[in-house]
Amino acid sequence: MVTFIAILFAGTLFAGFIGSLTGLGGGVIIVPLLTIGFGVDIRYAIGTSLISVIATSSGAASAYVKEGILNIRVGMFLEIATTLGAIAGAAIAFFAPTHAIAVIFGFVLLYSAIVSFQKRKEHSNVENLPEKKPGRMIELLKAKGTYPTASGLKNYTLQHLGGGFIVMSIAGILSGLLGIGSGALKVIAMDSIMKIPFKVSTSTSNFMIGVTAAASAGIYLNRGYIDPVLSMPVMVGVLIGSLIGAKFLLKSRTKSIRLVFAIVITLLAFEMIYNGLAKNI
Amino acid sequence: MTTNTKRWNDDRMRDVMGALLRVGVLTAASLVVIGGILFFIQHPKEIFDYATFKGEPAKFRQVHLIVMEALNFRGRDIIQLGLLVLIATPVARVIFSLIGFLIEKDWIYVAITSIVLIILSVSLLSNYLTF
Repeated sequence: MVTFIAILFAGTLFAGFIGSLTGLGGGVIIVPLLTIGFGVDIRYAIGTSLISVIATSSGAASAYVKEGILNIRVGMFLEIATTLGAIAGAAIAFFAPTHAIAVIFGFVLLYSAIVSFQKRKEHSNVENLPEKKPGRMIELLKAKGTYPTASGLKNYTLQHLGGGFIVMSIAGILSGLLGIGSGALKVIAMDSIMKIPFKVSTSTSNFMIGVTAAASAGIYLNRGYIDPVLSMPVMVGVLIGSLIGAKFLLKSRTKSIRLVFAIVITLLAFEMIYNGLAKNI
Repeated sequence: MTTNTKRWNDDRMRDVMGALLRVGVLTAASLVVIGGILFFIQHPKEIFDYATFKGEPAKFRQVHLIVMEALNFRGRDIIQLGLLVLIATPVARVIFSLIGFLIEKDWIYVAITSIVLIILSVSLLSNYLTF
C-alpha cells in the first residue's frame, strides 16, 4: 500500500505540474491516470479528481484575487449556472453507466487537446467594439468592469449574457459528470461569447472552478465516492505539482510542453473511448 | 454611497477572500498530511482495493459524522475531515461574499449570492434531505 501511495503521489505530482504549465489544470489527467494507469474504478477516480480540482483552483485563486483583475460580481452571477449544472452532472453520473461516462470523458479529452493546440485569438480589443447601449439585464447586474492595460484602465461591458449562462451551465454539467474543472469551456463562455477581456476571463474562471467543483463534490462525498486513502496522495501531489508548475511558468517556454501534452492527452482520449466502448471501464 | 467607499470595499473584499482561500487550502492540506502519516503508523500493512466500487461507509459520508469521527484521532478520519474542510473552503468564500455585498447594500448581489449558497448547501447536506 505504501508503494501504491508513493507511485500515485509521484504520478499526480507530475499531473499537477503539467496541468498548471499548460493551463488546462490537473483534473483532466487525474481520471485517466487513476482508471487506466492504476485500475481504479472511475467513480472513485471522479470523486478524487474533484478534490484535486478544488485544491488547485483555490490555491491559484488566492494568488489571482490580489491582482484585482477578476470580476467577483460576474463570477458570482455565473456561478448560479455552473453550480446548478454541477449538481445536474453529478446526478447524471449516478444513473449513467460507467462505460458511457468513460466515452464522454474521452471526447472531452480530445477537445481539450485541440484547444491546447489552438492559438489564442486576440479579439477583445475593447476600443474596437461598436458602442452599444447595454441591455436592462446588464445594467441591473452591473455586468461590466475595468482592467489594467499598458495604456491605463480600460472599461468593458458584457454581451450575450444568456448565451454565456447556457455555456456555463454546460461547463458545470461536464464538471459534475466527469470530475474536471472545465476551465477551458468557462474561458470560452466569457472570452468568446460574453466578450470579457481574456485576462479577466482566465482569472475569473479559475475563481469559479472551486465553487463549481464544491457543488458536485458535496454530492459525491455524501454518496461515498470520495475515499480518504486514495484522495490523500492525489490532493497533496496535485497541489504541490501545480505550485511548482506556476513557478516554472514564468521562466520556461511552454510551446514544446504544450505539444507533448496535447499528444499525451490525445492518446489518453482514445484509450478512454476504447475502454469505454469495450466496457472495460 | 460614493464610488470611493465601494471601491475600498471591493478591494478589501478581495484581500480577505485571498486570505480565506489560502487558510482553507493550507488547513485542509495539513489535516490530510497529518492524517496520512497517522494512517501509515496505524495501518502499515493494510491493503485497499479500488478496482471495484463499494462506496464509503457512513462515517466518511455524513458531514456531522466526519467531524465527530475525527476526534478519535484515527488517520483516515482526519484525512476525511481535511477533505471536508477543502470542500467547505469555496463555500466559506461564498458566505464571505454574501457578507461583503450586505455591507455594500448591493441587494441584487445579496440575492444572487444567496442563491449560490443555497445550491451549495443542498449539495453538501444532500444526505440529510429527502428528495
